[in-house]
Amino acid sequence: MTSRVPARNGQTDWNAMLARVSFIELDARARAVALLDDGTARELCGPFDRIESPWLEPQGVVPESDDGVVVVKGVLGGRPAVVIAVEQAFQGGGIGEVSGAKAAASLSLAVRDNREGTPTVAVLLLETGGVRLQEANLGLATVAEVCAALLELRALQPEVGVIAGTMGCFGGMSIAAGLCSTLIMTREGRLGLNGPEVIESEAGVAEFDASDDALIWAIDGGAQRTGTGLADVLVLDDVTAVRSAVIEAVGRGVPGEHRSRRIREWRARLDAVDPADPPDPADLATVWAHAVPAEGDRR
Amino acid sequence: MSRGGNWTRALADGDVTPVVPSVITGDVTLGDDTARLVAVVPDPRSPYPRARKGEVGLREGLALAETVTQAVTEDARLPDDRRRPIIAVVDLPSQAYGRVEELLGIHHALAAAVDAYASARMAGHPVIALIVGTALSGGLLAHGLQANQILALHDPGVVVHAMHREAAAKVTLRTVDELDELARRIPPLSYDVADWAKLGLCDELLDVENADDPTEGDTRTAKDVLAAAVERARRGPRDLSNRLASPGARRTRIASRRVREALAAQWR
Amino acid sequence: MQTLKFEFPADRPAARRTHVGVVGSGDLEVLMTPEATGTARVRVRTSVDGFDTVWRTVLERFFARHRVAGSFELNDSGATPGVVTLRLRQAIEEGRE
Repeated sequence: MTSRVPARNGQTDWNAMLARVSFIELDARARAVALLDDGTARELCGPFDRIESPWLEPQGVVPESDDGVVVVKGVLGGRPAVVIAVEQAFQGGGIGEVSGAKAAASLSLAVRDNREGTPTVAVLLLETGGVRLQEANLGLATVAEVCAALLELRALQPEVGVIAGTMGCFGGMSIAAGLCSTLIMTREGRLGLNGPEVIESEAGVAEFDASDDALIWAIDGGAQRTGTGLADVLVLDDVTAVRSAVIEAVGRGVPGEHRSRRIREWRARLDAVDPADPPDPADLATVWAHAVPAEGDRR
Repeated sequence: MSRGGNWTRALADGDVTPVVPSVITGDVTLGDDTARLVAVVPDPRSPYPRARKGEVGLREGLALAETVTQAVTEDARLPDDRRRPIIAVVDLPSQAYGRVEELLGIHHALAAAVDAYASARMAGHPVIALIVGTALSGGLLAHGLQANQILALHDPGVVVHAMHREAAAKVTLRTVDELDELARRIPPLSYDVADWAKLGLCDELLDVENADDPTEGDTRTAKDVLAAAVERARRGPRDLSNRLASPGARRTRIASRRVREALAAQWR
Repeated sequence: MQTLKFEFPADRPAARRTHVGVVGSGDLEVLMTPEATGTARVRVRTSVDGFDTVWRTVLERFFARHRVAGSFELNDSGATPGVVTLRLRQAIEEGRE
């Protein structure tokens, strides 16, 4: 588990921090292009194909021409790749019929490539609140289809998920994140099933105070998720750093046993915590390190 | 007692067994097959207070993954067209909403369940979801939506949705009445199971006498319908492509089909 | 949500189609497609109702100055006139050869 946040002797490397080009500040299209080798990016099913959501305009919601998911094919560190980037600014990155179909179909086409001898890898940029409620049941169905296609491709090629920020990755798409071969996060990124507002609204402010940013990042934040094995690589919010981390993850190939298959290990982790008296988030990594014996490189 | 529990007990040949108190399994004979039933049920004494009403929480997600994976492992040596059917009996209010759930990575517990069901399907197990009650959101993603075939009772107590009415209204800045009015025009928003079935996601709706507690006749009907679904699953694709090929999907998921065509055409 | 349509005289055809922006809060996307029609045809879909005159004024001023012929599709999520003008300018700049 490598920490890629520049640090020397435990101190933040401010020169590296100042020299960086923010990945988070790019929109989904620019993020996808920035990851791929120069001059190789080619967008598929783009704005001028005009396949927008058929469900938004009848509800008085302005659609986006790409429905908030950008699919870009190209070359990544010399390998054929497809990047599926969710645009967090459009409807909170919510997955609807079209955006979900774009992700699922791209993954299925990558599966076909691999079966026909082209080793296409997939990278998912997961800035999403989950299912788009304006498309409720079709959103839910497409998220299931994204997960199914992810699992098919994952057997053939490594799949890399990136959660950069600042939207985070929540709802049904957090399950998709959990299925990725490697999950890369920044400190600004967040990962969880239920967003803080949803928990507060469902279970009350005593359960989760959605205005408590320190609590939110202590639980959902990239540093916590990588520290506790729910994500793999912590990177600086920097285009070059994210791209290198993605290329490195792809280079490691398909893991021997994916995280979502390591059921016994996760049972041990669960059994190590008393839900009536859970550890402080900062202590969770230690509690779990004792619960699960180290088995070499488990990534 | 929950609908999910009642249907699982009614369908099972013998006793049902708890994997954990909130996840039960049993076996049911369907023609030549012995299918494995799996249901999430309420556990009022669960140590996880947010998962006492049948929600899919940390414990339930992992238990689903464990029990499904166990069936897959046990059948690994059988020819793949003889692997046992797995029937997810679905009746769940939602996923569990809680702080300890997020802390310990509930998304990961659900991912493990999704992985297990999808792996079973891809290994040749017919995976059938039988929706007998509410089937909401992340709970349904973890327990139901990876099935080859999805069946549901044709009953007002069956609700399939991304979020319950009140919360969905709040998040989309609408009143519940506005949401209901929109749902009449926008099929994917509807809370009515018959509307949901028209989206092309449902392979059969079952009419029964008592959806809460099935009669002997209801159980017989369900077994017949399940056996037919197992046959269709064995003949059909092992991925989820049938959900886009169904007559309902051809009418309502036109945009999804356009996306698939456009991407395939531009892929090379 | 409101859909508005406008046409303005234009005589400088764009060289190629371009897309800029996102339909995010306070922003908009612009899809520009060259057309040799001698007009700029603009369709606006905006999340904010009742600003017809503001749109007309902003667009009139822009096309009087730039006179780029083509079809312009604007999907707006409450952008200010300044942001609208900026996105349109980006679109025509990218649309030059």
